[in-house]
Amino acid sequence: MNKETVEKIKSNPDYQKLISTRNSFAVKLSIMMLAVYFLFILLIAFNPSFLGTPLSEGSVTTVGIPVGMGIIVFAIVLTGIYTKRANGEFDELSNSVKNSLKEI
Amino acid sequence: MNRILTFLLLGTGAIFAADAISGQVEKQALNMSAIVMFLIFVGATLGITYWAAKKTKSAKDFYTAGGGITGFQNGMAIAGDYMSAASFLGISGLVYMKGYDGLIYSIGFLVGWPVILFLIAEPLRNLGKYTFADVASYRLQQTPIRTLAASGSIATVILYLIAQMVGSGKLIQLLFGLSYEMAVVLVGVLMILYVAFGGMLATTWVQIIKAFLLLSGATFMAIAVMAHYDFNFGSLFAHATELKGSVAIMSPGGLVSDPISAISLAIALMFGTAGLPHILMRFFTVNDAKEARKSVFYATGFIGYFYILTFIIGFGAIVMVFQKPEYLDAAKHAVSGGYPILGGSNMAAIHLSHAVGGDFFLGFISAVAFATILAVVSGLTLAGASAISHDLYASVFRKGRVDSMMEMRVSKMATIALGIIAIIVGIAFENQNIAFVVGLAFAIAASANFPILVLSMYWRKLTTRGAVIGGALGLGSAVLLVILSPVVWVSILGNKTAIFPYEYPALFSVTLAFVGTWFFSITDKSQSAKDEQEKFDAQFIRAQTGIGAEGASSH
Repeated sequence: MNKETVEKIKSNPDYQKLISTRNSFAVKLSIMMLAVYFLFILLIAFNPSFLGTPLSEGSVTTVGIPVGMGIIVFAIVLTGIYTKRANGEFDELSNSVKNSLKEI
Repeated sequence: MNRILTFLLLGTGAIFAADAISGQVEKQALNMSAIVMFLIFVGATLGITYWAAKKTKSAKDFYTAGGGITGFQNGMAIAGDYMSAASFLGISGLVYMKGYDGLIYSIGFLVGWPVILFLIAEPLRNLGKYTFADVASYRLQQTPIRTLAASGSIATVILYLIAQMVGSGKLIQLLFGLSYEMAVVLVGVLMILYVAFGGMLATTWVQIIKAFLLLSGATFMAIAVMAHYDFNFGSLFAHATELKGSVAIMSPGGLVSDPISAISLAIALMFGTAGLPHILMRFFTVNDAKEARKSVFYATGFIGYFYILTFIIGFGAIVMVFQKPEYLDAAKHAVSGGYPILGGSNMAAIHLSHAVGGDFFLGFISAVAFATILAVVSGLTLAGASAISHDLYASVFRKGRVDSMMEMRVSKMATIALGIIAIIVGIAFENQNIAFVVGLAFAIAASANFPILVLSMYWRKLTTRGAVIGGALGLGSAVLLVILSPVVWVSILGNKTAIFPYEYPALFSVTLAFVGTWFFSITDKSQSAKDEQEKFDAQFIRAQTGIGAEGASSH
C-alpha cells in the first residue's frame, strides 16, 4: 500500500466512521466484560458470603449460582452482539472503503 | 498474611492442577468396550488424515487447511482445543469436590474469549498468514521479533505438551488398562501421523469430531442427571448438600482468597488465552474477518455451554457416585476414612458415565477422553512445528528465501521431532510434580506473547527494540517468578518459604512486559524506529479493513 492510498483511505469519511464507531464499540464491550468479571473476582476475594446467601428463605440454591451462570451467558451474548453488528454494519462500511479504491 | 500463605500452600496448583492429572494411579483391567470404540475413532480419524494428506499440497494447506474452514467449523475446533480431557475431567472433578469453586474456575477460562473477539480476532486474521509472529513482525524487524515470538510459542507448546502427555499416560492407564509408557508412545505416534501427514486440515477435523463427541456425551450425562430431579436445579442441589452434609459447596470456598492472587490469576487466564499459539493459529484457517468473528462467537457459545454441563456433571457425581460402594476406593477408605473414589476425584465424570449409562457408555466416555487428548496434542504440535518452520527456519534462518515445499518439509520434520520430544518428556515426567506447568504456560502466553501482539496491532510507537526488550522481560520474569513461587520453590525444591509469595506471576510479569515495551519504544530514537512508526498507518488500515489481506481458497 503506497503513501497516497494510505492518505486517501484515511480521509475517506466511511473509513473514519468505521474506525471510530467500531473501536469505541469494541472498547465499551471489553470494559463491560472486564468490569463484570473483576467485580465477580473481587466479590469472591472480599465478600464471599454474599454469593453464598440463599436465594430465598430455606432454599439451598445460593445467589452465586444465577450470578455465575449469568456471567457465562453474558459472555456469550456479548460476543453475539458484537459479531452481529460487525458482520453487518461494520463490514458494509469497510466494503464501501474497498469499493472507493476501485473507482479510479 | 499467614492465612494467605497457608491457602497458597494448600491451594498449590489447585487451579491449574485440574489441567494436569497428577499423582500415582493404578493400572486398571483392560476395558474392552472402550478399546473398541477408541479403535473406531482412530480408524475414522486416520481415514480423514489420508484424505487430508492428499489435499495438503503446499505450506499454506499444511498450516491453514487451505484457509477454507467455515466460521462454524472453526468455532467448533477452537472450542475443541480448549476442552481438553484434563479440563473436562478436572473441572467436573473440582465441582464434585468443592462445588461452586469449580464454576469460578470455568468462568475465568471463558471471559478471555469476548475480549479476543473485540480486540484481536479481526486484525489477527487481516494481518497474519500462518503464525501470530507474522502479525507481531508485520512492520518490525523480522529476525529479532520472530525469534522472540517463536521462543514464546515453543515454550508454551512444550509446557502444555508435558502436562497433556503426563495426564494422558495416567488417564489411559486408568481407563484402558494399558501401561503408562505404551499409552504415551501411542499418543505420540498417532499425533505425529495426524499432523505430519494431514497438517491443519486433519488436525482441524479430528478436533471437530472430538468436540462433537465430547459435547454430545456431556449433554447426555447432564440430561440423565437432571431427569432424575425433574429438571429442577433446586432439588439436585438440595440432594447434593444433604449427601455432603454441608451447604459449603454452594458458595465460594478457598480457591481464590486474597485480591492479589485473584487478580493475577484473572490476568493470566484472560490474556494467556489470547496468547496461546495453537489457538491464535486457528484464525488463519478461515477465509476472512467475518468468518473469524463467527468462529469466536461459536467457540464462546460451545465453551460456555460445556462449562455449564461440567457443573451439572460435577453435582451429578455427588448424588450418583459419592458414597456409592461400587465407586469407592476401599483400600484408601480403610486407611484414611471418608469416601475417596477410585482413581481420585478427577475420575468423577468417568464414574458418573457408568452410573447413568452402564459399561457401554463408560466405554464411550473413556474413548472420547482419549480422543480429546489426541486432538489437543495434535493442535499443540502443529503450532509448535509452525513456529519452528515458518518463523525460525523460513524467516529467520533463510530470510524468507525458501520455497513452500521446502518449508512444508521442514514443518513435517519439526512435527516428528516435537512428537518424539513429547514422548520423551511424557515418560521423563511421569512421577514429577507438574502442577506448575500449565500455570507457567499461561503466564508465558500472557506475559510474552500477548503484550507484543496487541501493542503491534494498536500502538503506533512500538519499535523493534521496545518489543524485544519488553517481550524478553515478560518471558524472563514469568519463568523466574514461577520458580520463586511456592509451587516450585517450596513444593518442588523443598525450601521453607517462597521468595515470591504469590502463586500466579501474571499481574507482575504482564505489567513489566507492557512497561518495558513502552519505555524502550519511546526512548528509541533510531532511524529504523522512525520507519517502523511510519509504517503503522498502512498496517492499521489493513488490520481494520482487510484491504490487501491474504486471500484464501475454499476446499
